[in-house]
Amino acid sequence: MLIVLNGQNCDVKSTTLDQILIECNYINSAIATALNDTIVHKQARVGTVLNEGDRLEVVAPIGGG
Amino acid sequence: MPNFYNVEIDNALLLGTAQYPSPAILTNAIRHSQVQIVTASLRREAGGSGAGQHFWDMIKGLGIRVLPNTASCYSVKEAVTTAHMAREVFDTTWIKLEVIGNSDTLQPDIFGLVEAARILCEDGFEVFPYTTEDLVLADKLLQVGCEVLMPWGSPIGSGRGLNNPYGIRTLRAHFPDVPLIIDAGIGLPSQAAQAMELGCDAVLLNTAVAKSGDPVTMAKAFSDAVSAGRAAFLSTPIEMSDMAQPSTPVIGKAFLS
Repeated sequence: MLIVLNGQNCDVKSTTLDQILIECNYINSAIATALNDTIVHKQARVGTVLNEGDRLEVVAPIGGG
Repeated sequence: MPNFYNVEIDNALLLGTAQYPSPAILTNAIRHSQVQIVTASLRREAGGSGAGQHFWDMIKGLGIRVLPNTASCYSVKEAVTTAHMAREVFDTTWIKLEVIGNSDTLQPDIFGLVEAARILCEDGFEVFPYTTEDLVLADKLLQVGCEVLMPWGSPIGSGRGLNNPYGIRTLRAHFPDVPLIIDAGIGLPSQAAQAMELGCDAVLLNTAVAKSGDPVTMAKAFSDAVSAGRAAFLSTPIEMSDMAQPSTPVIGKAFLS
């Protein structure tokens, strides 16, 4: 299934968000996720199913002003 | 001492964490200046990078408070979503709310700012709004639930200092009990001191320290400056006058030709 991960096309085998994050090597990371512009909280990742063409944003802490 | 949402801090300098030459210099600057609140942000991360976790572990290891921001957000929805993501990652209800309205000046979209602040306050956030020095706007932000105001000094990263001291003085006079943090545009410790002399409660800056030749020493210089400025404000400075007033007594001067 082709999704858009952080603006880049990404072919994934998994269908749920928690599994896609593992597949894409986001393991034990301080991250937050948004699917099609809507936040998906950590506890909701397991039951969140992605579809072809969905836009997934994965963000993490960085220095800021 | 500054008090933000019932959190009292000993240091009126808040420091940004971006643009430092290295993580070691950043942590040394924080330690040396003894700041107790730093800002941070969220950005896209590639899988397997771990950079965000590493940064977060470093900040947590310093035992200081984090004020996440919504930097670079140009819409209410984007800012609100980013704030929610920040709350989850940084585990804090504090949010430095930025809704930018112009890409050249990075000044806030004041209409979007009030709307985003209203939504976030209703969602349980403790909002630190990056705003202008406009008095009416400040009142609107307070009405929707903000308990802190963060007026800009001048455009972000410009180092111009306080563009409108009158506006800051007006805010202080109208809202004597609302914490005021000057956010953005400060380039020199003297400018930070000026903000504190006007009665501001704190100063938040990043570029002036991070991009200086010696960030560690500069951070300490800013910390000292805000402390001096606060002490001066509390000591009630003299009024300015147009004419000279001799400090040495005139009476008793010897009559000499």
